[in-house]
Amino acid sequence: MVAIPSIVVIGLIWLPAISSVVLSFTRWNGIGNLSGSDFIGLTNYRNVAANYPPFWPAMTHNLIWLLVMFFIATPAGMFLAVLLDKEIRGSRFYQMALYMPVVLSLALIGFIWQLIFSQQNGLLNAVTGSNIDWFGDQRYNLWAALVATSWRQVGYIMLLYLAGLKAVDHSLREAAAIDGCSESKAFFRVIFPVMRPINIIILVVTFIESLRAFDLVWIINRGRNGLELIATLVTQNVVGEASRIGFGSALATVMLLISSGFIVIYLRVVMKGDR
Amino acid sequence: MSTLALDTSRAVDPSPVVRKKRTTPARRLLHVFLIVVSATWLFPLLWALYNSFRNYSYTAIHGYASFGGFTVSNFTNAWKQGDFTRHFLNSAVITVPAVFLTLLLSSMVAFVVSRFSYKFNLALLGMFTAANLLPPQALLIPIYRMFRAIPVPLWVNDSGTLLNSLWGLVAINTAFQTGFCAFVLSNYMKTIPMELYEAADVDGASVFRQWWQLTLPLCRPPLAALATLEVTWIYNEFFWATVLLQSGDKFPITSSLNNLQGQFFTDFNLLSAGSIIVALPTLIVFFLLQKQFVSGLTMGSTKG
Repeated sequence: MVAIPSIVVIGLIWLPAISSVVLSFTRWNGIGNLSGSDFIGLTNYRNVAANYPPFWPAMTHNLIWLLVMFFIATPAGMFLAVLLDKEIRGSRFYQMALYMPVVLSLALIGFIWQLIFSQQNGLLNAVTGSNIDWFGDQRYNLWAALVATSWRQVGYIMLLYLAGLKAVDHSLREAAAIDGCSESKAFFRVIFPVMRPINIIILVVTFIESLRAFDLVWIINRGRNGLELIATLVTQNVVGEASRIGFGSALATVMLLISSGFIVIYLRVVMKGDR
Repeated sequence: MSTLALDTSRAVDPSPVVRKKRTTPARRLLHVFLIVVSATWLFPLLWALYNSFRNYSYTAIHGYASFGGFTVSNFTNAWKQGDFTRHFLNSAVITVPAVFLTLLLSSMVAFVVSRFSYKFNLALLGMFTAANLLPPQALLIPIYRMFRAIPVPLWVNDSGTLLNSLWGLVAINTAFQTGFCAFVLSNYMKTIPMELYEAADVDGASVFRQWWQLTLPLCRPPLAALATLEVTWIYNEFFWATVLLQSGDKFPITSSLNNLQGQFFTDFNLLSAGSIIVALPTLIVFFLLQKQFVSGLTMGSTKG
């Protein structure tokens, strides 16, 4: 019973992942079988770092993406979850409004935000009278994309965190209140520490989603002109251009390396207490 | 817990009387704040909805920030121009089998992991869960090559390989989602008392029957939640469909957005109507199956 699922997952996920790593050390023209490839060591990586202009901008963009998610969108979602955890009238309505974007695909979100960010017909320019091409101009488009992606991220984090807050033992808050803790103090000193597992999960989700960010920028302009991300570079090197397999694999391996650290942290948290 | 976090008066007076009071200034401020945030959050979608009902010539003259010129023809036009019937069908052909297979495979893994205490259980579950978190782009090159090299009969796919085939997408989506579902289901299955299985053993039920007739019926709540969640996710899946399908007529609805953009570029009312049509299935899930969706999403982060 485990055999079939294992074959599917190993065959379609783990073997390809390993192949990406192996291919990154080779030169292969993509024609014929793998034995026709040469082992060239770290040459691909050296090329990626030194001779590939979009690489460092992409790394920077991913880092900015991560920082905005980490310092703005995720804390905003957590803050809203804390507010909505109180017994207030209309809490369900507020929750619904906030997480409605979570059911939409990021591709569609890119689409919808065009109605606001477009240079010609967008609402933003109509209201402010400016003439900025928000999704096209490379001074602004990363930030515009971040606004659109935060729209979804805030609701997503709010949902996860709210579920975590609901699971916190109620007597903890009462004890803190009886001891004369202010609410903010009770949150930072009592609630936040006991929610350590969910805090870590949210952290990992934020990191991994920032690394995987792809759909939104691909729909905007296929990840060019100020919107280069690691994920779009890998894709551009594979689809259509058969000669850059080793090179693309080196980029893919960079992604795998970064993500594996977070995956290990995630697994350690969620599997704690299991056999 | 009835006052705003910023309010310090609570610290001075923790009496329960204060808690009952509903309309303190702090509370009113909280409501104002939440209403503003909610309105901001709803706005982009409402804006799309609003403009999807207005005709192009009216907005061309008066601009989009105006009122009037209502029509429903954008929806029929967008549907026709975007070839939505075909793309919705493609989405269904990918999503339905993929969700079904994902739940089937993941429930088998979860069952074995929670029913037996093998030493490799944890490693096995870890392998499945981690697979779900890998960046898909990092697997693109080998998957692309592999799919191009795997021959399938022509009645399965006209190109003769898994590349550019809807079944290839079913496979890759299943592989990616199985990990998450296996993890969530195994947490749930661990709460099923072992005595039930012992009784089933005594009654002579095979392991397969125990899974099918005992465990699965007991797991209806998480299965329903995961099915809702996975339908949304796979319907929303963009990356694999974009790179593994080459002919535009095979695209499911989400990745067909890429082509629609060019067609609707000049007419934002069509773009709005198209967006609403594409959002509709997930919005229906959102309104009708909210509870399932939320519990599916949060089950992965809070155990059980």
